[in-house]
Amino acid sequence: MKTLKLFGLVFAALVLSFALCLPAGAAAPIKIGVLGPMSFTQGEGHWNGASMAADEINKAGGIKVGKEMRPIELVKVDTNEFLSIPDATNAAELAVRRHKVDFLVGGFRTEAVLVMQDIAMDAKKVFIGCGAAHPALCTKVTKDYDRYKYWFRLTPINSKFLGKVDFILLGTVAHIMKKTLGIKKIKVAVVAEKAAWADPIVNISKKLLPAKMGMEVVGVWRPSPVAKDCTAELSAIQRAGAHIVFTTFSSSVGLTFAKQMGELKVPAAAVGINVESQKSGFWGATGGKGEYAETINTYARVEITPKTIPFYDKYVKLYKQAPNYTAGTYDALYILKEAVERVGTVDSDKVVSALEKTDYIDTAGRVVFDKSHDVTWGPNYVTSIGTQWQDGEMKCVWPYHWQKVFYKGTVPYKLAPWIIDYWKNKK
Amino acid sequence: MLLDIIIDGLIKGSVYALLAIGFSLVLGVARIINIAHTALYMTAAYLIYMGTKLMGLPAPVAMLASIVLTVILGLLIYNFFIRPIQEHEAAVLIATIAVAMMIQEVFLMTFGGHYLGVSPLVEGYATIMGVKVTYQHLLALGLALVILVGVRLFLLKTRLGLAIRSTAQDREVANLMGMNVTRVAMGTMGVSVGLAAITGAIVVPLVTVEPTMWMHPLIMMLAIVVLGGLGSIEGSFVGAYILGFAESLVVFLLPMGAFLKDSVALSIMILVLLIRPDGLFGVSFEEER
Repeated sequence: MKTLKLFGLVFAALVLSFALCLPAGAAAPIKIGVLGPMSFTQGEGHWNGASMAADEINKAGGIKVGKEMRPIELVKVDTNEFLSIPDATNAAELAVRRHKVDFLVGGFRTEAVLVMQDIAMDAKKVFIGCGAAHPALCTKVTKDYDRYKYWFRLTPINSKFLGKVDFILLGTVAHIMKKTLGIKKIKVAVVAEKAAWADPIVNISKKLLPAKMGMEVVGVWRPSPVAKDCTAELSAIQRAGAHIVFTTFSSSVGLTFAKQMGELKVPAAAVGINVESQKSGFWGATGGKGEYAETINTYARVEITPKTIPFYDKYVKLYKQAPNYTAGTYDALYILKEAVERVGTVDSDKVVSALEKTDYIDTAGRVVFDKSHDVTWGPNYVTSIGTQWQDGEMKCVWPYHWQKVFYKGTVPYKLAPWIIDYWKNKK
Repeated sequence: MLLDIIIDGLIKGSVYALLAIGFSLVLGVARIINIAHTALYMTAAYLIYMGTKLMGLPAPVAMLASIVLTVILGLLIYNFFIRPIQEHEAAVLIATIAVAMMIQEVFLMTFGGHYLGVSPLVEGYATIMGVKVTYQHLLALGLALVILVGVRLFLLKTRLGLAIRSTAQDREVANLMGMNVTRVAMGTMGVSVGLAAITGAIVVPLVTVEPTMWMHPLIMMLAIVVLGGLGSIEGSFVGAYILGFAESLVVFLLPMGAFLKDSVALSIMILVLLIRPDGLFGVSFEEER
């Protein structure tokens, strides 16, 4: 009888302790699908950024949904969008239908994201884009709010603002060249890969540079996005006497162009958009010949906000490479966490209304979503930065006291010595 | 500008010629349309990257090792994937596409889609009559010309070269004359892959190493081979320079349409085919049979 009583007590204690532990231990995880081309740098950025944030959040107890703390479970979804758009469609369907994710983050190529966006909207899943820059992704929100309200863009800033920063960087370098080398009228070679997103930049350049910026456009070159050799273009650019090469590259041609430009010591400064030069592998891939290339960027080891340098250092320590803009998934997870905690539910409609009220200091600036659910650009918000390769390091060179914005750690822009020598001797 | 076009066209044409002649050899001799030819060129490039950057080998050692390893891989591919179905040309075509895709996926899985680079053997550039050309480009041009002359001498002066040429001219008769056509095909495959590997070794410092780097040269090589005449080595040589110069002309004369350089090159091929359906130095397989 005594043994039976003891057994009963032990059993009761077991049931009680199990019941007490139940809320914390059995809380269902919040599933977040990370969409990206996982075999490529961009997909690695998506996954690494999200993993880093998920680890930190889970170690701190998870996301507080109402009264319970729920851990994050990431679902890696390889969209393979570099090689096949249909693969991206299937991947997004898989994430939504089979893995039944609560939220989606990532995406890179606009063509693929447009399709994945529709899949997410049909399933009423909040999707925070961290990769595609085309404005159309956000104008859909204003045109058909009820259907597209679940879409938000975090990184990069949209291509309209990328264009703005692009011309600011060009103007800054032109000013430096005029001042340093005494050039009266800057000659610009516009070199843009043949892709739809680059067309508006080329068209605006041809009008804006002579009319508003007092520069001369000596020619426009449109190599293929995957061109393996640009020596012919570079020879022609030198013959045209350009002081600046205004680049618009998102594909591998950016690497080829920068490498060959450095090898031939073309006496012109390369400035603009070159996605390849945003990657830490750029220096090694160009054998150091890409030095002095300047590009718009999202991250560098510079104090954009108090969170930037700790994030940057930890990312480099963990993944042995610098974060690129697709690693914005790191901030996307924190922004989602904040929104979910504010409304106390993972219900998509309620999370959307919370996200619309976001005012959050992340690693790239202050995030406030506008009416089209696009990240706000400008001083005191997200500005993006200009980086230049100097002595094997990617340095932030802009904003350099632009509109009273200066990030601690920013260094002055450097002209390549062969450019200085060439134009000084030319006089 | 004329000088720019000549120098640029010469360099491009020489690299294309190296690739196209290797492809043409094996097509002419064994009727093998080896789509994996440029995937093997990519293999050599990746092996050099591994040798120099990951294992720290001196560049010439890595280059030699990569050529040997690529040739071995090529012969294994021939033995296991091509030889058993060699009589079925369409099947060989499809099998070599599959092999090329497999090679691409292996590199994609191993190295990811990262763009990699190899340092040039010789740094710096020369200015030839106002045109800047890197020493590495000049080296590539020189080596390509030496290799092309070497291949020519090999085909004209050696027993295997004679066997290759006679098999290319008439496979049936060569067989009846007591030549081991299969062994000649194997030897030709070795030479062909060797040329692809040498091309990879020569151009690797000039290009970006990535898992899809085999596709563009494949299209150009096919265009050159068709333009020159299927299986004709002389035709491939001439075709390579025609398309090389065509590409340069487009960039210099039509900067806004620089991206069209491949399309223009392919249009020239179609134009020539309309006038001469067998290509410039056509060898008609149908007549031969």
